[in-house]
Amino acid sequence: MELLGLYHYWVFVVLLMTGFYAVVAKANLIKKLIGVSLFQSAVFLLYITMSKVTGGTAPILLPGMVDPVFSNPLPQVLILTAIVVGISTTALGLGIVVRIKEEYGTTEEHEIQEIDRR
Amino acid sequence: MTVIFGIFLLTLLVITAIGIVRTRNLFVAVMLLGIFSLLIAINFFILDAADVALTEAAVGAGISTVLFLGALALTSERERLGTQHRWLSLAVVTSATLVVLYATFDKPLFGDPGAPVHQHVAPWYLEKTPEYIDIPNVVTAVLGSFRGYDTLGEVFVVFTAGIGVLFLLSARRGGPNHRAPAEPDASGIGLREHVIPRVVGRLLVPFILLFGLYVQFHGEYGPGGGFQAGALIAAAFILYALVEGEDRTLAALPQSWLIALMVGGGLLYGGVGLAGIALGSNFLDYSVLAADPVAGQHLGIILIELGVGMTVTGTLLSIFHAFAARDRA
Repeated sequence: MELLGLYHYWVFVVLLMTGFYAVVAKANLIKKLIGVSLFQSAVFLLYITMSKVTGGTAPILLPGMVDPVFSNPLPQVLILTAIVVGISTTALGLGIVVRIKEEYGTTEEHEIQEIDRR
Repeated sequence: MTVIFGIFLLTLLVITAIGIVRTRNLFVAVMLLGIFSLLIAINFFILDAADVALTEAAVGAGISTVLFLGALALTSERERLGTQHRWLSLAVVTSATLVVLYATFDKPLFGDPGAPVHQHVAPWYLEKTPEYIDIPNVVTAVLGSFRGYDTLGEVFVVFTAGIGVLFLLSARRGGPNHRAPAEPDASGIGLREHVIPRVVGRLLVPFILLFGLYVQFHGEYGPGGGFQAGALIAAAFILYALVEGEDRTLAALPQSWLIALMVGGGLLYGGVGLAGIALGSNFLDYSVLAADPVAGQHLGIILIELGVGMTVTGTLLSIFHAFAARDRA
């Protein structure tokens, strides 16, 4: 049971590193941004995992609850806003990639560096 | 039972993530990313984070996929070079994985009520929300009032990112590798030729809008609020643009209105904060907005949530239109 209690964290680590791998190993700029998105989602999962309390429920106070146990609202607030900020910044990254494609004619990192060296 | 379901979902997440990184077809990767978002939203839901699940489902599975597809239409759908320095990257990533995995053994077990994260300020929020703010949804109370400064900052980040995209993509085309204008395709008129998606889409749009407004104005009582509502309303207009075409969507909600929404939301939020100062208290202290402090908190939260919703809707739709307009230019 103790190992099962850490399973969420291991999934977080694997997702985080899958995203990291896409960022460092892939040459395509869009694929790198997809990697950043994965990395970001892994961090969201870590926060929400930490907010869970066994036997708890969503932190909404309803009348007639007897001795309720609530999960932690604070990490939820942080991640709720982070998701929307995340999509805005990803869109900014995609905008930059589109402009790079228009100027260089490619979205592969090596080819862009080659054109810059000329 | 929930535990087994959770483990099943988490395993699916890992498989999807590996699929996303392995495929060289970017279209497939983006579709898998949408599935990934939906799976992680279900995960958030069974981890008691209903507000977060709602946001992730609307933003991650809906709008993010559309934006990535818009960018793919302007670049290319295939990775040509694939992986570079495969073994070096694998070595770096594997060693980093081992270090972080080692660190997880110091983490408190999943769901442990004695974990440090549950000891500090969170119990205070849960205890004091009925007394100071008196709304059922503690997440909205923390987001709108207790940590109103954070949320104001996030709104400005969203606004700034939106302005950045507009600057980048409204610049005139040109340069040495200027592509000749593509042959006219169907992207400008959406799915007007296809009867079934069009009928179903048109039927869905008003209900999504209604649900968005419900989520906006019911956020104090159930899961919801400005961020979720903004994403949902933007998704409704994006669906309308996909089935009916860009021009009709812009006729319904012109670009100038979207800019007004973006700016107006931020100004409304900041204005509520300044009203607190003008009425003799601190920035973003809503207690002085009405004679009764609790009623003031209610009024303040409704107003700032409206500001958040306006900015998020305006920004996401402006970004979408910027990508779509680039496609036609």
